[in-house]
Amino acid sequence: MSGYADPGFDTLALHAGAAPDPTTGARAVPIHLTTSFVFESSEHAQSLFNLERAGHVYSRISNPTNAVLEQRVAALEGGIGAITTASGQAALHLSVATLMGAGSHIVASTALYGGSQNLLHYTMRRFGIETTFVKPGDIDGWKAAIRPTTKLLFGETVGNPGLDVLDIPTVSTIAHEAGVPLLVDSTLTSPWLMKPLELGADLVYHSATKFLSGHGTVIGGIVVDGGSFDWASAYAKTGRFEELAAPYEGFHNMNFSEESTVGAFLLRARREGLRDFGACMSPHSAWLILQGVETLGLRMERHMRNTEKVVQFLASQPFVARVGHPMLESHPSHALAQKLLPRGAGSVFSFDLKGNRDQGKKFIETLKVFSHLANVGDCRSLVIHPASTTHFRMTDEALAAGGITQGTIRLSIGLEDADDLIDDLKRALKAAEKAGA
Amino acid sequence: MELLVNNAKTYCYTGGKPFDAAKPTVVFIHGVLNDHSVWILQSRYLANHGYNVLAVDLPGHCRSAGEAPATVEEAADFIAALLDAAGADKAALVGHSWGSLIALEAASRLKERVTHLVLVGTAYPMKVSPVLIETSLNDPMKALNMINVFSRSTLAAPPSALGPGTWVFGAGMALGKRVLASNTAVNVFHRGFVACDRYAHGEQAMAAITCPVLMLLGAQDQMTQPRAAQPLIAQAKATGKRLQVVTLPVGHHQMTETPDETLFAIRDFLKLS
Repeated sequence: MSGYADPGFDTLALHAGAAPDPTTGARAVPIHLTTSFVFESSEHAQSLFNLERAGHVYSRISNPTNAVLEQRVAALEGGIGAITTASGQAALHLSVATLMGAGSHIVASTALYGGSQNLLHYTMRRFGIETTFVKPGDIDGWKAAIRPTTKLLFGETVGNPGLDVLDIPTVSTIAHEAGVPLLVDSTLTSPWLMKPLELGADLVYHSATKFLSGHGTVIGGIVVDGGSFDWASAYAKTGRFEELAAPYEGFHNMNFSEESTVGAFLLRARREGLRDFGACMSPHSAWLILQGVETLGLRMERHMRNTEKVVQFLASQPFVARVGHPMLESHPSHALAQKLLPRGAGSVFSFDLKGNRDQGKKFIETLKVFSHLANVGDCRSLVIHPASTTHFRMTDEALAAGGITQGTIRLSIGLEDADDLIDDLKRALKAAEKAGA
Repeated sequence: MELLVNNAKTYCYTGGKPFDAAKPTVVFIHGVLNDHSVWILQSRYLANHGYNVLAVDLPGHCRSAGEAPATVEEAADFIAALLDAAGADKAALVGHSWGSLIALEAASRLKERVTHLVLVGTAYPMKVSPVLIETSLNDPMKALNMINVFSRSTLAAPPSALGPGTWVFGAGMALGKRVLASNTAVNVFHRGFVACDRYAHGEQAMAAITCPVLMLLGAQDQMTQPRAAQPLIAQAKATGKRLQVVTLPVGHHQMTETPDETLFAIRDFLKLS
């Protein structure tokens, strides 16, 4: 049972990492908009730079407002700490760049956000890091794709666009048997729906732009370390992860695994990754995201209640060919979702109209409550028609390979009254159906 | 640095510095289900400010081989052997929790070889509840959560032992799991707790030591409550020891919840001659 000494999710969402400001008494977390922090003395400066004492030096590396967000999300995820980044993509890049260099290899799910797919398939390849993509449910495929140079397995809790649920316990076991960590993008589920670290993942990251922020106001990312992966043992057995388990000339010849038995990844990611790549989060962004995190539990509960009603409505409509949400028994990940996501598999999903591209466009244009834009995880309900926007250059065959039809619509269900959302969808369905007559 | 102690590979964190016989030496001794890394800020600071540092992984814990000590006395013998293996004629001993009892017992045996004794989060007798001992054996994950709950005093620790953004509670949980998993032959959690619970020579040991003593206590410590240190404090006073008692506004995670205050107290105490 939770209590003062062992608080539950909502208490952590409000209190983890923050206490009343000792100088001013401010109860809310202050925004520390400062680039730098004054040293008490030359000796203090030297100690901070040499990691002999903990503290803030320069806001690219750390900042008190960001540190609250980092502690808070780490607490909610069950991790040892976190690093805020400029975006979710920056969190993924920081994770990859901390763990490997040219000549390394990643095994990743095919069901990824397009930006992540681009980063791994094109951009990282240009820097000598190759990725093999496997379908998230192809367990033998995950095993077969691992090479001696593999340094990371990577997937999304529920994959884009079909909401394939990643079998984290099974994939993490495969990863660990091969001496490799599992990184999970948990953006679409948030720690309220799933805690990947408890299921076996080693690292988890979010586009905090989405549900953590929840208000469509800010871009940000965060990566959390579970402290579970033994980099030193893996290095001793396979020679992999010298980045974390051998002296690093680029930072005082520090062996990060010796410095911290469980925190080597975070040490190097902050001390090298933020220092050199510099994709840090603004303290103002951190503060905005904190406002969202404080109500995460309340919002997710409402997101899921609304989603359930909307999914049930759409599934009953004759002009809807398919609804792709794991809460439905027809979804291939239904059983896995029941097991790993008992509170629900998220409020972002797609469905197919029985119509052509023009009917899809008509549907979108008729909606009044849903906003037509390229984002998810807002408190407002959002919609996009992939065939006429994000995927408009693709042929029907290419769309089909990605699980998208001319009539596929992606929804992100917000916090409005469910009846208003259903009414909006009802009118748009009618208009789309007429457009095909 | 790796040393051969009692024919077993023994790991000591040294702050990346080679041992220099001309410098004073400080040995850091961790508690149950911890390792050298709980001292990381204090040990790294001292290693860069004129001291040899030996932040040891006790035998059978994480990077050190050998049989995990079953008693405080066995562990104290190991500390003596460690000093010999390192070539340290003298050393200051700094111990946390179980490590404080090991440091106390070792200091009583090593007499003048120990220059300073620092007992962090200490108690004597260090009785462990039968429920916790039993749970550490039969449901160690539950017991691990219990001790981390008992150990913390705040949800908002200052920049701490990995630097800003560290969730101290989670770090304690992860380290405990790692240490437990590092020894597949022995449950070092249960063995350490039993060793704490059964140690019965604390007052004799305090009477026998010849060096100054610092007790660094946590005002909100629920694992080793400040009042549980009173018998040792009384014995130190009764036997004329140079004693300092510093009480910090913290729980049992002294080194991570109040890293600077813990460091400064140790640093200033080590300057005593």
